[in-house]
Formats: sequence, C-alpha cells, structure tokens
Amino acid sequence: MSAAIVASKSIANHDAYLAGLLPNTTTPHEWINTLRADAARRVRALPFPTTRDEEWRFSDFSLMCKTAFAPAVAAPALTLTDIAPFLLPEAVNSRLVFVNGMYAAHLSSAVLPAGVLATHFTSKPTNETLRTQLARHATFQHEAFVALNTSHLHEGALIVLSKNTACATPLHLLFISTANTIPVASHPRCLVVAESGSACTLIEDYVCLPTVNTSPTYFTNAVTEIVIADDATVRHTRLQRESLAAFHVGYAAVHLGRNSCYDSNSITFGARLSRYNLYITQSAEGANCTLNGLALISGRQVADTHTVMDHTRPNGNSAQLHKCIVDSGAHAIFNGKIFVRKDAQHTNSTQSSRNLLLSNKGRIDTKPQLEIFADDVKCAHGATVSQLETEEMFYLNSRGLNANTARNLLIYAFAEEIIDKVPIASLKQHLSQAVSSQMGEIV
Amino acid sequence: MISSSSKIILEVRNLSASVAGVGILKGINLTVRAGEVHAIMGPNGSGKSTFSKVLAGHPSYTVTGGEVIFQGKNLLELPPEERAHAGVFLAFQYPIEIPGVSNSAFLRLAYNTLQARRGGEDLDPLEFNDYIREKSRIVEMDPSFLDRNVNEGFSGGEKKRNEILQMAVLDPTLAILDETDSGLDIDALRIVASGVNKLMTPNNAVIMVTHYQRLLNYITPDFVHVMRGGQIIKTGGKELALELETRGYDWVHA
Ligand SMILES: Nc1ncnc2c1ncn2[C@@H]1O[C@H](COP(=O)(O)OP(=O)(O)OP(=O)(O)O)[C@@H](O)[C@H]1O
Ligand SMILES: [Mg+2]
Repeated sequence: MSAAIVASKSIANHDAYLAGLLPNTTTPHEWINTLRADAARRVRALPFPTTRDEEWRFSDFSLMCKTAFAPAVAAPALTLTDIAPFLLPEAVNSRLVFVNGMYAAHLSSAVLPAGVLATHFTSKPTNETLRTQLARHATFQHEAFVALNTSHLHEGALIVLSKNTACATPLHLLFISTANTIPVASHPRCLVVAESGSACTLIEDYVCLPTVNTSPTYFTNAVTEIVIADDATVRHTRLQRESLAAFHVGYAAVHLGRNSCYDSNSITFGARLSRYNLYITQSAEGANCTLNGLALISGRQVADTHTVMDHTRPNGNSAQLHKCIVDSGAHAIFNGKIFVRKDAQHTNSTQSSRNLLLSNKGRIDTKPQLEIFADDVKCAHGATVSQLETEEMFYLNSRGLNANTARNLLIYAFAEEIIDKVPIASLKQHLSQAVSSQMGEIV
Repeated sequence: MISSSSKIILEVRNLSASVAGVGILKGINLTVRAGEVHAIMGPNGSGKSTFSKVLAGHPSYTVTGGEVIFQGKNLLELPPEERAHAGVFLAFQYPIEIPGVSNSAFLRLAYNTLQARRGGEDLDPLEFNDYIREKSRIVEMDPSFLDRNVNEGFSGGEKKRNEILQMAVLDPTLAILDETDSGLDIDALRIVASGVNKLMTPNNAVIMVTHYQRLLNYITPDFVHVMRGGQIIKTGGKELALELETRGYDWVHA
C-alpha cells in the first residue's frame, strides 16, 4: 500500500474525529438548537485542520485525535477554597465561574452596578442582545473549531454593558478544567457587548485544577465574541494557563464601532498544544486597538497565536507587540496579519514580534504580514528572534549574580514588558511570580 | 605616599589573553597594593578594556598565559560572579541597558546577593530604599533614576554615574573603572570623581583606564601606566600623564 493512501485515510479519520465530538443532547431553547444544528452540519462538512493547511502549518492538532474526548457531563463539586488560587481580590463580586464548560453558580458572584449584566446564557435565553449578537461575529462557516464550539452552545457567559455605563470592577470569567477519569472536552463561550459609551475590563482565564503534581489531558475549545459599540472601551486580558497535557483552541472575534477602543493582553503559559486566533475588525472610523501578547513555554509545548487586525474605515489605530519566550524543545508560532482596506485612509498601524529563544532545541516561527490597499497610511512592522546576549549576561554576572539568576532576570525582564500592561494589580503580581517560578528563583 | 609595605591586593604576572583566536594581551605585569590608585592610559585598541574585562572574567576572552592573584586567590579560576563576590568590580566603558528591570530592584538584588555571600544582612525593599538614597548622594544622582530601568535610555554620562553608584553599593576591594570619565560633562566629572574619592579607603584600590589627564586632576594616581600593543610599556608617577597629554604616545617605548 502506498504512503499516500495511508495519509489520506488518516485525514479522513481526522474529519470523522471532529464529528465524533458533536453533542448528542439538545437545549430547551429552540433558537439555540437551530444554531447548534447549523453548526453541527458545518462540523460534519469541514475538514479537520491539518499541517497541510497553511493556517495550521505549525500546530499539529491531529495529535489530539489519539484521545477520545468525551463531553463533560457533571462538573465535580468544587468549593471556593479549591479555586482560591485563581480568585482576584479586585473581582470578588464580579466573577462567573465555569467548570468543564458548565456554569458553577455557587462559585460565581455577580453583584454589579446598574447597567451591567453578567450572567450565563441559560438564565437569559430570551435576551435580545444575546439573540441578535451570538454567533454573529465568530462565524463558523469556515472554522471547524468555532463550528464545534457553536454546536455545543449552552451555558456561556453573557456580559452586556448598557449605554454609557462604566463598570469599575473588572469582570472575571474563570474557566476551570479538572482532572477526570476520562479526558473531557469543553466548549466555553462568551459574548460581551459594550453598548455605546460604555467601558469595562474583562479577564478571561483558562486554568486547571488541581494545580500541582498532575497534568491532566483535556480539550478546551473556547470562543469569545466582543462587540464594542461607538465610543465604548473594552480592556481584555486573556490568560491561558491550562494543564501541560491539555489541548487548547481559542477563538476571539472583536468588532469595533466608531471611536471605540479595544486593548488586548493575551498571555499563554499552558497547554501541550495551544492555538489562539484573535480576529479584530475595525468596522467604523477612528477605532483604537492595542494588542499585547506573551507566550512563555518550555518542554514540548507548542503555542500558536494568529491575529488578524482588519482596518476597514479611516483614522483607525492599532499597535501590537507580541513576545514569545521559548525554552527547551518548545515551539512558538506567531502569525499577525494586518489589513488596511481601500477606505481605511490615515490608518496608523504598528506591529512588532519580539522573541527570545533560550535553547537551540526550541523553535520560533514568526510571520508578520501587512496588506495595505489604502495609499495614505502609516504602517510599520518587524520581527526579531534573539538569544540571551553574552554582554548582558556578563554585565549581570560582574555584579555578582550567578548565571542562573542572571538568565532568569533577563527572561523576567523580557516578559515583564507585557505583564506590566495587565490592568489588574493582583494578577500582574501573580503573573510576575509565575514567570519567576517557571524560570526558577530570581531572588 | 603609599608605603610599599601595604598589603598587595592584585598581582598580575605575565598575563596574555586572546579573543576569537587573536592575541590581544601580551604579557602584562602589574602590582596593586591597598590604598593605591593606578591609571592606565594608552592608544585606542591597545588592550585596556580587554585587560579590564579579563580581570572581571568576561567569557569571550581566553587567558593564554600568566596568572592573576587577587588577595591570595587565583582570580582566573573564578567565574565572574565569584570575582564580584571576592571584591572585584568593573565599571564598564559601555554599560549595558537592561529593559524591564528597575535600577533599584537590580541594585537590591546585587546587594543582597553579595550580602548573602559575605554573611551580611539582607535589606527589604523599604530598608534598601533608604540605603540606596543615601548612596545616590555620593554621585549626586537624582532618585528618579532608581525607578527607571537599568541604564535604559540613560545618557552616556548618566550611565557612567550609574556605574559608580553600583560601585558604591557593592563596595569592592578593587574597582576597575574603564573610561568612566568619557561622556561626563565638566560638572559631572567633578561629582563622579569626588564620589570615587569618597569610596577610597586604605583597604581598597582603584585601577582607572582613561584617555585624559583631566580626571587625574581630581583623582590623584599613585602610578600611571602606558599600555601599548597589549603590554604595559611604561610606568611612572602622576607627572607621566601630564607629559603624555602634551607629547602623545609616540615617544613612549618599552
Ligand atoms: N570581541 C572582540 N573580537 C575581536 N576583536 C576584539 C574583541 N575585543 C577586543 N578586540 C580587539 O582587541 C584590541 C584591543 O581592544 P580594547 O577594547 O581592549 O582596546 P582599548 O585599549 O580599550 O581601546 P579604547 O581606548 O578605544 O577603548 C582591539 O584591536 C580590538 O579590536
Ligand atoms: Mg576601551
């Protein structure tokens, strides 16, 4: 038998694999069932993304096909004490917790000011915003994983900020995966709608319990839609600190109105294999985006980040800085596309990909892509991959710091530029410590 | 005048070193006693920085011959951090910028690391804050520089001042100042030089690499050495620097 036949057979198996992850339940809500059914049809029709697909060249998710993930049925009984390591003092009363994709009412607390709604879909199945916006932005026609997520629509997080409402407390969306007897798949879903003139800070946090001595295998397939109306602001911090044996696919679609602002800090520490797609559309004039990303990985981890920044209207701004730190045999991928459409005159867009490669067994693939169709724009992009500099190391050594401490300090410094931008003090401190401990002790 | 019976701090004997396979230092001899100030002058490329970096343990340089005894220890077998712990300090000709690390955090880390090695007390951030503010007065450095990242965006002169602040914090037995005066304006030169003078005790010593006699008006050297082609070809007193200033290096021969 020829190799080609073997290969095509295994791809067919991969496609069937995706269909095998479809739900065999329905929800009590007809309109959600309709969406689910549409999405399920796409799951059956779309191929499993393989490394032959240009967009998935470097992240080989066929690895997950060896595992039969089951839908999570009953979440384990966790207490607030169990999840204490993840709680943010800034968000004690503005937290929605999902365990293996299921809403955990007893772990959540949403005591919010007037004009701020933070709940889960099933508590507001007739909500007008939910019905009109859900699945509008993260379209599933061509994205197999988005389709799979949509086919599982059930208890997602719904956040709505009414017109001109500024929510002072950060909104914490905590997605916990637990070690289970059989590997489970969960499909977290968020819809965030910031009506005109409103503002909020959002923390989307993917974690694993227990945190020590175990790395369970599971699959998280998350989709987030963020709609930012005219003059509204959303500050979005996304943390991926899954188990080191987990598979994680995340997709965020962000839609920006006139003079609106979107700040993104996406931080990737976890998962065996992860992929984050951030798709941003500036659909009206004068929108502003700041995108910061950090992937800090080691061992055999693969972290793939794809971003698309689409400037469609004039006077938009975007500034992006993505950093990867890769140790031992890990592999980081960054692909950042910036589109400046014909009508997007006076766009000001920068993108910088800076990478630190700590081991000669590690690998970094970075591809900034600029596609400009307007003629009066300011755009700049660049990418660097560097190693720890001998001169920097020597400088620190000559001040009495040993090689290990000097190395950790330089790595920490490299990461800190992104971590420093996280707008929540306790989280910032936690992340700094996480970097220090991942890299060994600094002080 | 220093008595020749002062304790010897550094003894360099016939030191040779190469970088990237090219011999740069070709048999350097130098004895430094406690309380002494040595100036090293010499044309560009003569090996002054190389000598400084070899003493501090830069990994790119290979010692190909000779020995260096520092306070009775074979300096050359120690990694750079242990040379620092033992009391060797190099003020860099081109200090390195470390974005992402605040100057005060870096200084505290260096200080506490050294304290641990010397069996002294750790300072917590608050205590260190007091300590470092006191030390910054020695070089009249504005405390706002402590909150900035190490050397990042510092002007040439500010970097040099920061080097001497580090020296003040680490309190070395032997400080090697590689062109600390270059890049300093007239006032800054006076301030930094007086800082170095304040840090001098009968128990420590300074090696200053400089191109200009100017610095030596402020910090009086006990010896002036001329380096050329990787060797010290002439040694004199402070008047040698004056002579070099007027006559250049061409007349000096081994
Ligand atoms: N890493 C290196 N690779 C190659 N050559 C080097 C390296 N470091 C030093 N050299 C060479 O060694 C010689 C001595 O350099 P060094 O920096 O020690 O001179 P210097 O006396 O300090 O000069 P200056 O007065 O200009 O500072 C020079 O010719 C220099 O080019
Ligand atoms: Mg030099």
